[in-house]
Amino acid sequence: MTTLIALVGAALVSATPLLYATLGELVTERTGILNLGIEGTMYAGAFAGFLVAASTGSPWLGLLGAVVVGLLSGLLMGLLTVTFGVNQHVAGIGTTLLLIGLSEFVNRLKYGGGAVPQIAKFGLLFRDVPVAEQYLLTYIGFLVLAPVMWWVLRGSGFGLRVRAVGENPEAADAAGISVTRTRYAALLVGGALTAIGGAVLTLAILGSFTLNITAGRGWVSIALVIFARWRVWPAVFGALLFAGVDALQLQLAISSTFESVPRELLIALPYLVVVATLAISGRGVRYPGAYLRPYRRA
Amino acid sequence: MTAPQPAAQPTASYGTGHTPVVELRGIRKAFGDLLANDDIDLRLRRGEVHALLGENGAGKSTLMRGLYGLVRPDAGQVLVDGRPVSITSPKDAIAAGIGMVTQHFALVAPMTVTENVMLSSVGLGPLDLAAARRQVKDAAARIGVAIDPDARVEALSIGEQQRVEILKALVHDCRVLLLDEPTAVLVPQDVDALFTTLRRLTEQGLAVLFTSHKLHEVSAICDRVTVLRRGRVVTTRDVDGAQARELAELMVGRPVTGVARDAVLGFETDEAPAARRDVDVPAKTVLRVRGLTVAGTASQGRRALFDVKLHVDAGEVLGVAGVSGNGQRELVDVLTGMREPVAGSVEVDGVDLTGAGPQRLMDAGVGRIPEDRHASVVPDLSVEDNLVMEHLDEFRRGPFVDRRKVRAHANRLIEEYAIKAGPTDTVGSLSGGNMQKVLLARVLDREPRLVIVAQPTRGLDVGATEYVQRQLLRQRERGAGVLLVSEDLDELLALSDRLVVLSEGRVAGELPVQEATPERLGLLMAGGTIEEVTA
Ligand SMILES: Nc1ncnc2c1ncn2[C@@H]1O[C@H](COP(=O)(O)OP(=O)(O)O)[C@@H](O)[C@H]1O
Ligand SMILES: [Mg+2]
Repeated sequence: MTTLIALVGAALVSATPLLYATLGELVTERTGILNLGIEGTMYAGAFAGFLVAASTGSPWLGLLGAVVVGLLSGLLMGLLTVTFGVNQHVAGIGTTLLLIGLSEFVNRLKYGGGAVPQIAKFGLLFRDVPVAEQYLLTYIGFLVLAPVMWWVLRGSGFGLRVRAVGENPEAADAAGISVTRTRYAALLVGGALTAIGGAVLTLAILGSFTLNITAGRGWVSIALVIFARWRVWPAVFGALLFAGVDALQLQLAISSTFESVPRELLIALPYLVVVATLAISGRGVRYPGAYLRPYRRA
Repeated sequence: MTAPQPAAQPTASYGTGHTPVVELRGIRKAFGDLLANDDIDLRLRRGEVHALLGENGAGKSTLMRGLYGLVRPDAGQVLVDGRPVSITSPKDAIAAGIGMVTQHFALVAPMTVTENVMLSSVGLGPLDLAAARRQVKDAAARIGVAIDPDARVEALSIGEQQRVEILKALVHDCRVLLLDEPTAVLVPQDVDALFTTLRRLTEQGLAVLFTSHKLHEVSAICDRVTVLRRGRVVTTRDVDGAQARELAELMVGRPVTGVARDAVLGFETDEAPAARRDVDVPAKTVLRVRGLTVAGTASQGRRALFDVKLHVDAGEVLGVAGVSGNGQRELVDVLTGMREPVAGSVEVDGVDLTGAGPQRLMDAGVGRIPEDRHASVVPDLSVEDNLVMEHLDEFRRGPFVDRRKVRAHANRLIEEYAIKAGPTDTVGSLSGGNMQKVLLARVLDREPRLVIVAQPTRGLDVGATEYVQRQLLRQRERGAGVLLVSEDLDELLALSDRLVVLSEGRVAGELPVQEATPERLGLLMAGGTIEEVTA
């Protein structure tokens, strides 16, 4: 029982970065843009958060730094895919490579590739209360961000615009909605959320920065968006599922029963779950009508 | 501003003291070297239905899209109620009281009617669905149609979708409604309904401008007509006095020969085929399809074709009518080997070829001229290469391509099919008509026993259309069977010996052309049964 409670608690923690990134990607993809820059944005968000927090001593300023980096990366994707109509795969992977490379570069400049400092990180709320003992960002993510995102997409004018642009940009344009502005807006919001997701890793969970800190969580988010078929609550569920399996595998790794199982296999477990769920649920998916399609008025 | 031709002067009936709701002055728009709109003047009056008549490519859509802010004209002025306005985006147009129904509907398919209608007025904050629903209902009542505000647009028929488009414009109090080829996609009954709607609107003081290349529509509904040819206004006049034939000549720019087919296409003329096939002579059946069933895609959610039975005899044209998306594409795909049926059989010349691939079908004497021209040629390759592409084996010398033979072949076909291009020009640089001729030459030169052809004249100008249609009739005279899929009822009625109508993937009915009227076909297309139709 105590293990189960611990498991749920751990799952909520490790679902948090995924939740932010997945919802960020979701709103972006709803406008028809696949943002493969997400892995890089998460990485840069994690690093920028860490760097600012390390030099100011404030995790809040770190978070702000991450948001700025996220906005900038959204802007970059916007320039490439919306303004210049560059192929989204190329633009996204390029952005990821650029941002990871840049983070590593600054990391080396600053710390010479050696040990990085431990920073003042966000504290836990409700200390010693099982399950409820979580970071504020976890609470915000699940109890504020997810419902708000759900409502925005469904019940707000902005959401209607986002959906229209992603399904049929010609129709949106003919109705006087700016496809360009809507896509930029979604990329900026998505970039900021993704970067916050990255910053949760350094500012809350780890309190420091290590190489390969995101460990492919950005890619997982992209899979989760498809798994969720671009809907908010299934995306939340997907993030929890992945994080749950991740927490489980950590538990198993320290249990005696699984001692003989190679560590690598256990680490791969959540990713295998993602692949499996995608293979099962990913068929017959209806993508947003304008997925991957740049829009240009004649 | 220089008036291009005297005919472009305002007609006598102008000048009643009313300011036109919309006036275009000297609109010009070039795409590269091509002048799509050349110094166009146009005045729209309150309460009139004004037709913009012209061949494909005359510049009608460009003019309309320019007025609605979807295209930015290079020069010219727009006046609304006598005041100059600057329209650089649909938003400006909407604000100026102009609404437009684009040729390809600008609807978001997975959204509801209400959501679609809200699109053009929506801010960023909370949506007021209840108010929007009420607006939809009010606007629908205004034009006397019933529509479910909560229906998903993708579940609606084309005619209903068009009504949603009109509603979208109406909720903005638009005073000018632009419709681009509104009748092209409709069955005849829906055309009648549309015209009723338009009349109601003009009674309420709206001005309607609509494009068409069909003369009978113009005389049915319009008060005035402006004829465009190659981007220029040829004339603007009252429809009452305008003779259909005269308009046709103005539109085409040369005398038209026949009187049939709205006097546009000179079919039953000197070059017309002999009388339709003599029914008494028993003919060999070249294509027999039985029980053909094809699975639908996920979004269709049903079978795309169900239990289709039809045949094509040698020396006959079988027309396949239907609103697009009712299984025509799947039928053509199966008959050309691009898709496998889940049940049923396909026999060509008595040989069972169910599930055969494109090569086997081609070898069995099936020629195909598909709907998507651009996908059927390699645009970057030359005319000569495209002409031999499907039969490279016959142009080989050892392992190499025999270039000389390829060239000779190309030169012969260019001459025979009057293709306006050299053998080394890339196909991508040809006009639609010439590209279609390349395809025709490639297929027809092999004298196929059965020709499967879909939308052969879509987007072609009158000259090319005539040419293509004549070539198809020539196949029939040669003794080949032709299966013609088309959305153009006039074309089907002009070319076919017999017609089948597809509706929701089934054969709704079959009629010899003598008994096929647009009304009957329309009923079948709309889901009626043959008993109802011939009753
Ligand atoms: N976006 C575009 N780019 C290049 N050429 C175009 C474009 N739109 C239209 N044209 C060309 O302009 C001419 C007029 O086209 P259009 O206005 O669509 O004619 P219509 O509606 O009368 O059939 C055609 O030759 C067409 O090929
Ligand atoms: Mg047009």
